[in-house]
Amino acid sequence: MNAIEARGIQKIFNPGTDEAVVALQDIDLQVAAGEFLSLVGPSGCGKSTLMRLIADLLQPSSGDLRVNGKAPAQARRDRDYGMVFQQATLYDWRSVSKNVQLPLEVMGYAKAERAKRAQAMLDMVELGDFVEHYPWQLSGGMQQRVSIARALVFEPSVLLMDEPFGALDEFTRERMNFELLRIWQATGTTVVFVTHSIAEAAFLSGRIVVMTPRPGRITQVVSNPLPYPRDFHTRSDPAFHALVAQLRDLLRDAVGPTLAQARET
Amino acid sequence: MTRDRLAAYLPTIAVAVAVLLAWELLVVAFDIQQFLLPKPSAIFAEFADQVGLWLAPDERSILFESSGATFWEAIGGFVIGCGGGALVALITSRWTVLSEATMPFAIAANSVPIIAFAPIMNNWFGITNPASKMAIVAIIVFFPTMINTVRGLTLVDARQLELMRSYAASPGEVLWKLRIPNALPYIFSALRVASALSLIGAVVAEFFGGPRATLGVYITQEASAFDFAKAWTAIMMASIIGIGFYLAVLLIERRLMPWHVSFRVE
Repeated sequence: MNAIEARGIQKIFNPGTDEAVVALQDIDLQVAAGEFLSLVGPSGCGKSTLMRLIADLLQPSSGDLRVNGKAPAQARRDRDYGMVFQQATLYDWRSVSKNVQLPLEVMGYAKAERAKRAQAMLDMVELGDFVEHYPWQLSGGMQQRVSIARALVFEPSVLLMDEPFGALDEFTRERMNFELLRIWQATGTTVVFVTHSIAEAAFLSGRIVVMTPRPGRITQVVSNPLPYPRDFHTRSDPAFHALVAQLRDLLRDAVGPTLAQARET
Repeated sequence: MTRDRLAAYLPTIAVAVAVLLAWELLVVAFDIQQFLLPKPSAIFAEFADQVGLWLAPDERSILFESSGATFWEAIGGFVIGCGGGALVALITSRWTVLSEATMPFAIAANSVPIIAFAPIMNNWFGITNPASKMAIVAIIVFFPTMINTVRGLTLVDARQLELMRSYAASPGEVLWKLRIPNALPYIFSALRVASALSLIGAVVAEFFGGPRATLGVYITQEASAFDFAKAWTAIMMASIIGIGFYLAVLLIERRLMPWHVSFRVE
């Protein structure tokens, strides 16, 4: 069964008014269970909106959307997915361990079980020694690892990540990419990953959905030829560079010529 | 550690000593009459007398009795007003319509000089009844507490709310795990202001009349009897209680939210 199935999804903000905006049009997408899929595109292409539709934080204007074969609202109530935002969005007043335990508290897990699971998840993101720290005592990359641990602690089948490493510096970001792949392979979770970095999408994903704006739509879905597991050498592989070039061309064609190119013609 | 802390407070202490010394010298040098400005030494001497009376087994110190009475009026009004303000905020913030309908009135009421109602409260509760002063204090602290609590409960980061929604959390869980902790810094900043306001409210309300043994009445009576050293000791007591009250609120705040920006130690 597919983890996510979208057919003919359309999303219009402020419909029927002068400010009506078609954020998404004719979205058809299937995400297989266990797949790592990236949504890549410039600002305004609707990649975050699509993710929020999957998360039932927004509702589509038309079309059919299924998460684990269910309506998104039902999938949300069944706690089928975990979310990671660009900001770690930790609760300042909770220790690292208590932050990770938050979803478990809401879901009614027993106290001992909560602590055990939080510790195991924090060990996995290599923050096992920081359980009693508070968010402000951690670096941006560490905070984001806590937020990944929090998203995975209740073992959701789908992980939704909205530009999770966009606010990190390049070195931390590369390291987080490695860690994310390791975690993904250890848990078998389906990952939907929103990014505006072509290189990041090419490094991480099995398939890359290229999206373009005005109106937001899917231009092409590109399969990544690079095998897993990926490592330090993946980025210097000629196949990686070819993929990045292909994605860049797709985005450039779709977005339109730059001012300089327009002048030349 | 203690030596370092002492060194840190040294400039503050030096300023206090310098001000008192300059005050004393100015009064002597310009031969200022005691009804205009008594010497600090005279005020401290009067204060020492009152402490002596207070400690003596079969004597009474009106100053200390007054301080106690005013203190309880301020505390009583503070608890009723802040508790009520937080409670009303909790109820109204549950429904956006309700909080949006009531907030303009709360903000308007917060700009009204509530102390002007003191004679009305004296009429309602009785001039010598502490309840008349508590009522004034309660009304004064009610609105800032309510306004700040509503803000803290409603100004929640959209992402954090979405996170709760993604867990399919109930409104009660969102309130307990997100809105109330988020409101704590707002509530405490109101409580700190309220702690100072409550003592001001109690003393000024007493200026409009009250039992003999209260600080406001003590100050007005000693001033009209031209015993200004006594009036100044009462002002001193009011200051000590006010600062103590403020520090107590600060201490509770620090215990309840050690994670907050203002208390972080690297």
